[in-house]
Amino acid sequence: MGGVVPRSASALPLLLLLLLQAERPRGAELTFELPDNAKQCFHEEVEQGVKFSLDYQVITGGHYDVDCFVKDPLGNTIYSETKKQYDSFTHKAEVKGVYQFCFSNEFSTFSHKTVYFDFQVGDEPPILPDMGNRVTALTQMESACVTIHEALKTVIDSQKHYRLREAQDRARAEDLNSRVSYWSIGETIALFVVSFSQVLLLKSFFTEKRPIGRTVHS
Amino acid sequence: MAAERSLWVVGLCPGSGLGRVVRVLLLLLWFAARGGALYFHIGETEKKCFIEEIPDETMVIGNYRTQLYDKQREEYQPATPGLGMFVEVKDPEDKVILARQYGSEGRFTFTSHTPGEHQICLHSNSTKFSLFAGGMLRVHLDIQVGEHANDYAEIAAKDKLSELQLRVRQLVEQVEQIQKEQNYQRWREERFRQTSESTNQRVLWWSILQTLILVAIGVWQMRHLKSFFEAKKLV
Repeated sequence: MGGVVPRSASALPLLLLLLLQAERPRGAELTFELPDNAKQCFHEEVEQGVKFSLDYQVITGGHYDVDCFVKDPLGNTIYSETKKQYDSFTHKAEVKGVYQFCFSNEFSTFSHKTVYFDFQVGDEPPILPDMGNRVTALTQMESACVTIHEALKTVIDSQKHYRLREAQDRARAEDLNSRVSYWSIGETIALFVVSFSQVLLLKSFFTEKRPIGRTVHS
Repeated sequence: MAAERSLWVVGLCPGSGLGRVVRVLLLLLWFAARGGALYFHIGETEKKCFIEEIPDETMVIGNYRTQLYDKQREEYQPATPGLGMFVEVKDPEDKVILARQYGSEGRFTFTSHTPGEHQICLHSNSTKFSLFAGGMLRVHLDIQVGEHANDYAEIAAKDKLSELQLRVRQLVEQVEQIQKEQNYQRWREERFRQTSESTNQRVLWWSILQTLILVAIGVWQMRHLKSFFEAKKLV
């Protein structure tokens, strides 16, 4: 937002920027909490002929499973799975409009889940607007940059995959740790209660009734 | 971001007719460009939370736009200016690092200082229950993390980079993101190992303690009962 006010002629590259922003492909990656007996839906507008993909994974909660379904703008269910831990779904949009994908935890009564999803529409946009409209071929340096960029994207994706897996395992380990604590305290209390009540009960057998031994003596 | 800035900049030269035409065109395109982004529905008092697990010193930029259901027209219209969203961001230690109210359209930014799960919560600030008229609020949301949050057009303009230099800069940013993630991975693995070792210790000590308690209770029971029966002259 510099101090120099440009002339209206320089608004043309800005116009170009906006034009490309208008058709910029969208993508979203979110992790959200899904309470028990709840359903959460997301919608996104997709153009005809554009390929979109949905990856999702349950990170914490219950048996680490969730129901998922995807509907096209006409209301047809194009994907539906129940009690899945993770899955990936790709589809080429035949109809232009708002696509809906929902995650349901309605089968669970008391465990709320944390679900991660990655919804990508179309291809990755170029970082500068005029990179997308090249007339000449890429130079060697530029193609090397493109190769490295794609390879790094693979690395980042795999790091993300490991992070999610690790989050899931860590959640389970911490859950196990706290369960061991509660269970050991609970069992100590139960042990003491049971042993004292055993003794008291035995004593009560011999104090309320006549001592059995007396009838044995001749 | 760039759209808002370019609009503001063009608005400063109102003189020429071309400027005015361009401005109108830009305005139209601006509205067209804002048509995208994922959206979901939120109730009036409902709070929606999103979790971002990020390394430290990572920038997160969130953009949202709200629409209210208009019953007369039976479609979603841009929300009234009075309606805002309250955005609250908590760090992994549950300390609030951002708690601000924005309008019906807003953009929030924060940088993480501790690695871990940050929680971004949104809820509407509507106090008048009749405002929603039984409908839902539609929220368009877009959250960009780390390298994706960089505005390369701005970086190119500020540092005066050529296209190739900008590509290399993007690679550098990506590699830095990978390094941060790896450091975070190491930190997480250590925490995981500590938790596992703590569980292992607890199980070990509890088993020993349980055996000792059992033996002690058994001995106490027998001695107590023996003295009881001796008192009752049954033994």
